[in-house]
Amino acid sequence: MTAAAPPLLTVEHLTMRFGGLVAINDLSFTARQRQITAIIGPNGAGKTTVFNCLTGFYKPSVGRLTLTPPNNGGCFLLERMEGFRIAKDAGVARTFQNIRLFAGMSVLENLVVAQHNRLMRASAYSVAGLLGLNRYTRAERQAVELARYWLDRIELTGQADWAAGNLPYGSQRRLEIARAMCTEPCLLCLDEPAAGLNPRESAQLNELLLDIRGQHGIGLLLIEHDMSVVMQISDHVVVLDHGAPIAEGTPDMVSNDPAVIRAYLGAAEGEALPPDVAGGLPTAPPC
Amino acid sequence: MLKDALAAAVVAALLALPLLGFRLADSQQGLSLDYRFAWVGYAAAAVFIGRLGMAFAAAAFSRVFQRKRQTLLPLAGRPSRNRKIVGWLLVAAALLLPLAPFADRNLIDKATLLLIYVMLGWGLNIVVGLAGLLDLGYVAFYAVGAYSYALLSQTFGLSFWLCLPFAGALAACFGILLGFPVLRLRGDYLAIVTLGFGEIVRVVLLNWESLTNGPNGISGIQRPSFFGLPFLAAAPGRTTFHEFFGLPFSPGQRIIFLYYVILVLALATNLFTLRIRRLPIGRAWEALREDETACRSLGINPTRTKLSAFALGAMFAGFAGSFFATRQGFISPESFTFIESAIILAIVVLGGMGSQIGIVLAAILLVGLPEWFRDLQQYRMLAFGGAMVLIMLWRPRGLLASREPTIRLAADALEAAPQTAGEAAR
Ligand SMILES: Nc1ncnc2c1ncn2[C@@H]1O[C@H](COP(=O)(O)OP(=O)(O)OP(=O)(O)O)[C@@H](O)[C@H]1O
Ligand SMILES: [Mg+2]
Repeated sequence: MTAAAPPLLTVEHLTMRFGGLVAINDLSFTARQRQITAIIGPNGAGKTTVFNCLTGFYKPSVGRLTLTPPNNGGCFLLERMEGFRIAKDAGVARTFQNIRLFAGMSVLENLVVAQHNRLMRASAYSVAGLLGLNRYTRAERQAVELARYWLDRIELTGQADWAAGNLPYGSQRRLEIARAMCTEPCLLCLDEPAAGLNPRESAQLNELLLDIRGQHGIGLLLIEHDMSVVMQISDHVVVLDHGAPIAEGTPDMVSNDPAVIRAYLGAAEGEALPPDVAGGLPTAPPC
Repeated sequence: MLKDALAAAVVAALLALPLLGFRLADSQQGLSLDYRFAWVGYAAAAVFIGRLGMAFAAAAFSRVFQRKRQTLLPLAGRPSRNRKIVGWLLVAAALLLPLAPFADRNLIDKATLLLIYVMLGWGLNIVVGLAGLLDLGYVAFYAVGAYSYALLSQTFGLSFWLCLPFAGALAACFGILLGFPVLRLRGDYLAIVTLGFGEIVRVVLLNWESLTNGPNGISGIQRPSFFGLPFLAAAPGRTTFHEFFGLPFSPGQRIIFLYYVILVLALATNLFTLRIRRLPIGRAWEALREDETACRSLGINPTRTKLSAFALGAMFAGFAGSFFATRQGFISPESFTFIESAIILAIVVLGGMGSQIGIVLAAILLVGLPEWFRDLQQYRMLAFGGAMVLIMLWRPRGLLASREPTIRLAADALEAAPQTAGEAAR
């Protein structure tokens, strides 16, 4: 274990209330650089809400979210930043539980749009682009190169000019990950990337995520119900139940934690657990 | 099917009751109420039969209709040469039109009007077609452009070409001004607020008498000159156009000149849109139309992106407005009513959101044909409405709905062929 890896994201006392409903209650954890941190929990536990706080879609009621990007001395306080700035300046990219691609645009366009800010600068806020200056043409070619790299990685090069909405479901999931990666983030947040994938696709996904962690050296935050994914690739697991953290640790530690098993199976307090369940978490159906 | 037709007939009867059922008759004893319940019956029967016929037709042509009912904007499979060719042919036809033997003054004048609407359609297309912001008050920017030119030229005596950029910039400022309050709104709400904005501008023009001369409008607006040469029979102390070129004077010269001015302005709008569509800002507009949340998660500033769409769309309306003012020589708030916004929006929607050639076709259909078919008299608008309904049944996504991707991997492999040639097409 590389527990000594420097922290990338530090969440302290995060609380999110919607009126009377406490969706997240005093959550603290650390996601480290070059690690995959999984957030798991039953339906409605507040996992997506954590992502929404992190990426500026919600303003947390209480708490501090500190991002310390590598090779950059400073740090960002995410809870104070506007949504788009978190992606643009802090380098946090995300995918969505219900896929949000630009369905009418082509696959390649989806990946080029993700490089908006770099291209915008290169086109001098459209002036150089309108004049057709070299500087913009070069930047656009680079953008296509990056897109092509990711297309190869997710095996969609042949469908580059298709409308993104016409792709099969599994490909759409992968495209959304590639699109997030095209923003060149330092933290990638994936909300149930394996939902709706068949076992073969899900194995491919594992490989892709491990590659992203290994080759691109970024941190990953992963929400997932599919335990085969979580247990195989995550370095660190945080378990939420009804908005409160109930366990944290390596996949092995967490899967044997009685509190976690209780949360998943709803067993009553003190009830003896059946031995086959106590050995590890079952694979929860994706929702 | 029967039930559906019956329901439609009942609704028709209910609607017709107050509209057709009663009639005030003028008689010796004063006003009296006539009852015409038979008419209500006819209306209901007509709707019943029509609805039944439509259901049968839909069943018979179900294949035709179903094929069109796609949820996605279809993406053109391969670069469409046809559209480029059609585009260039249209440009050539437009350039040569004044030379054609059948081109009389009337025709050129109508074509000029048509081109104004084409230009407005192309301008609004930036806002509605690309950025997906439903704007029902577009005519406000047209009005701002027209009044800016009229007032600038009357107060400071500036020429048309000097005023044009001012008018465009002023309209763009109004675009941003409108953009700010509506940033958070979408769809129907946005449409309502923009509609209100359009009306506000018109009402201000109507009531700010000291500046705009209120409902009487501004007359005697300076006509454009050909690089300083006026189109007049004689101008004391100045050389006129016909004297300079040694031509006989003819009022048609100015008409043709105006036609070419608006052609150039419209083509410039088109070229600008085609280019900016391939730039990051253009792609961001389309992405914003598809999914604003995803845009934000990719670090695209939605505020700035929306405002730029509003501003640029408004700018072209401002240009078109100045041209309108110089062509008419007279403007009043009458020219900038809601119906204008509605027509421009109809052109964009009917053309197939985002398609440049589609907008030209739609403008010909919506503005050109009613002008030329004035002989139909009171049935003109009926035919117009009927045509709209038919087109929307036949092509619910507009005339040319398939969208050309702004960038292709396949073409890119051939070392990014220069795109300037043929860019005016599509
Ligand atoms: N915008 C909101 N307004 C009110 N309540 C909300 C809002 N967003 C989330 N919630 C509530 O917060 C709780 C946690 O929701 P969240 O979507 O984070 O769950 P989740 O862990 O992602 O569940 P799932 O596994 O089903 O995706 C739920 O009870 C939900 O109803
Ligand atoms: Mg969720």
